Amino acid sequence: MSADLFTSFPLRRTRVHEVSGPSAAGFAAMAGAGTETVFWIRESWRPEVLNPVGLSEFLDPARLLVAEVSDQTEGLAVMEEALRDGSVPFVVIETSQPLGLTPGRRLQLAAKAGQSVGLCLIPEGMGSNAAETRWHCSPVFDRAAAASDSTLQRWDLTKNKSGTLGTWHVRWDRTSRRVRVVSPARE
Amino acid sequence: MFDGIARRVVSVWFPRLASDRVLRLRPVDGPFAVTLKEANAERIHCLNATAERQGLSRGMSFADARAFCPELQTRPADPAAEAQFLTVLRRWAVRYCPWVGVEGGDGLVMDVTGSAHLFGGEAAMLSDMRQRLSRAGITARIGLGDGRGAAWALARFGEGVAAPGAALEALAEVPVAGLRLEMDTVAALHRLGLSRIGALDAAARAPLARRFGPDLLLRLDQALGRQPESVAPLPDPPHYGVRMTLPEPIGLTADVMAGAARLLDRLCERLVAREEGARRLALSLRRVDQDSRTVELRLARPLRDPGRILPLFERAVGEVDAGYGIDMLRLEAVEVEPLPVRQVSHVSSGRGDRLDDLITRIGTRIGLENIRRYLPADSHVPERAFIVSPAAWSEPGGGWTALRPRPIRLFPPEPIAGEGPRPPDRFRWRRMQLATERATGPERIAPEWWLEDEAWRRGMRDYWLVETRQGRRLWLFHTPQAPGWFVQGEFA
Repeated sequence: MSADLFTSFPLRRTRVHEVSGPSAAGFAAMAGAGTETVFWIRESWRPEVLNPVGLSEFLDPARLLVAEVSDQTEGLAVMEEALRDGSVPFVVIETSQPLGLTPGRRLQLAAKAGQSVGLCLIPEGMGSNAAETRWHCSPVFDRAAAASDSTLQRWDLTKNKSGTLGTWHVRWDRTSRRVRVVSPARE
Repeated sequence: MFDGIARRVVSVWFPRLASDRVLRLRPVDGPFAVTLKEANAERIHCLNATAERQGLSRGMSFADARAFCPELQTRPADPAAEAQFLTVLRRWAVRYCPWVGVEGGDGLVMDVTGSAHLFGGEAAMLSDMRQRLSRAGITARIGLGDGRGAAWALARFGEGVAAPGAALEALAEVPVAGLRLEMDTVAALHRLGLSRIGALDAAARAPLARRFGPDLLLRLDQALGRQPESVAPLPDPPHYGVRMTLPEPIGLTADVMAGAARLLDRLCERLVAREEGARRLALSLRRVDQDSRTVELRLARPLRDPGRILPLFERAVGEVDAGYGIDMLRLEAVEVEPLPVRQVSHVSSGRGDRLDDLITRIGTRIGLENIRRYLPADSHVPERAFIVSPAAWSEPGGGWTALRPRPIRLFPPEPIAGEGPRPPDRFRWRRMQLATERATGPERIAPEWWLEDEAWRRGMRDYWLVETRQGRRLWLFHTPQAPGWFVQGEFA
């Protein structure tokens, strides 16, 4: 049994975190579930879009703002501005290129100034050294769950600047709108 | 008996307003006309004197006119620009007197009572008007009388001046059409043999009132000065521009911001007085070398609080190249919106305001339209179940319900290999070999036939939630009408 998820899961405030893997967007939605406003920065050329109807299971789409930027540099500038301002507690960015140490550090400073949380949805293996925590999230087939109701995921905490690493199987609880840790089913 | 100052009214008629407007921009030798499409036929709306001499007339169909006069040059009419042009002329006419109103679509009416002597008398004022208008290339007919009716009749019929208190003498020979009457009233009067205003005035009033109603006599009395009629000047549109000229050029960002702060205070006072808020602001900075730089600010909400607007200018002002210095600042609210006074309550936090300011600041960087929010829409088609609308022009909307599970990500349908109505047991998607472990469905969604949609050409879709052994939960659909399998979304 690994360490307690909840020492690191409601993502630490005033820091910027990273997540990769197929369920990264789901992780972002779960992490932003309780916050007042979620600011989501995406590059406008990407074909996949967020579906607010599906997101409504995790967070209220009325509290979601989406900024469409032309490239990653612009996106990072917008993210820094949003983090520093502090009026949005949770800022998400989808990146497509590796983040350098300087931009990563600038985001950390901005998050500290604005008392907000940042989350970068990164492609596999493109983490930045400045990140506070790095997660890898992937869906897991859930034999036990009722049909069409499974949200079982495996979360690997692969980097943590102030805490221990760990692996958890989690499931989204629709009624209480929070994450529940489950013990992995044995084969 | 002395009853105050005699009222004097000037009426100016522009018989060729539309063609004059076009010809001023692009002079044309020879016949010229402006055409307007009416009831599916091009008709001549306005024409110049040369064209009139060739035998063309207003209301003639364009095809006929071209048959008469093959060298006729034409332009389409632009009623909005004509109205704008008349407004410009109205502003020009304010140089003669403060009370200038617009009469119909092609005339002005001016109450020149007590202002004619400033131009050396009425005759001198009228000749000054004629001179200036003809120099500008505008045909005008001017009438002057004791009242609006008399001036109108003289401008349109006969062009002349009615001496004070002598309207009847001036108007006696003017046709009755000069009384601003309905067309059929004019025709009926002609049938009665009352074709001149003098003859009409001499006729008995009671039978006329019985036959034509009170309107005819009211118009007659107005023309002859027995009934007063006022000139209603148009209100000047509110102007939201302020400027500041400096004795010495400035160049530091802090100095420019201080200047902008003073301008903003003045501008916001005006906005407060009219209960309006600025949506778009333009700060023009004129440099010493006569070049000028404009900083535009588009706001996420209409605002009139100088304390909130000023910091939003900071970033753009910092980027301006001041050159040898800036010696004039001009701030204008280019777009304003009504912003009624609101009750301030202790419940509402300042968070919403701060968020709006953040949207404005980010909007100056990436464009205000690119910050969006989702609004629910009433449709079963997954791509149309929500509306994406700019956050600056919409309010957050609630009422999100997902009756069936929906993916959190949607993408354009990606074809996979598969046959039959049930999801394939194994398939390749995005270079991954996936095996179906559990499939839930189908959920049939029919296209909205009343909307043209390229993506739904393949007909209705049977959606399946497919859980794979590898973990991925995908949203597949099958199109039974044109068999094929596609992946359209991914669940959390």
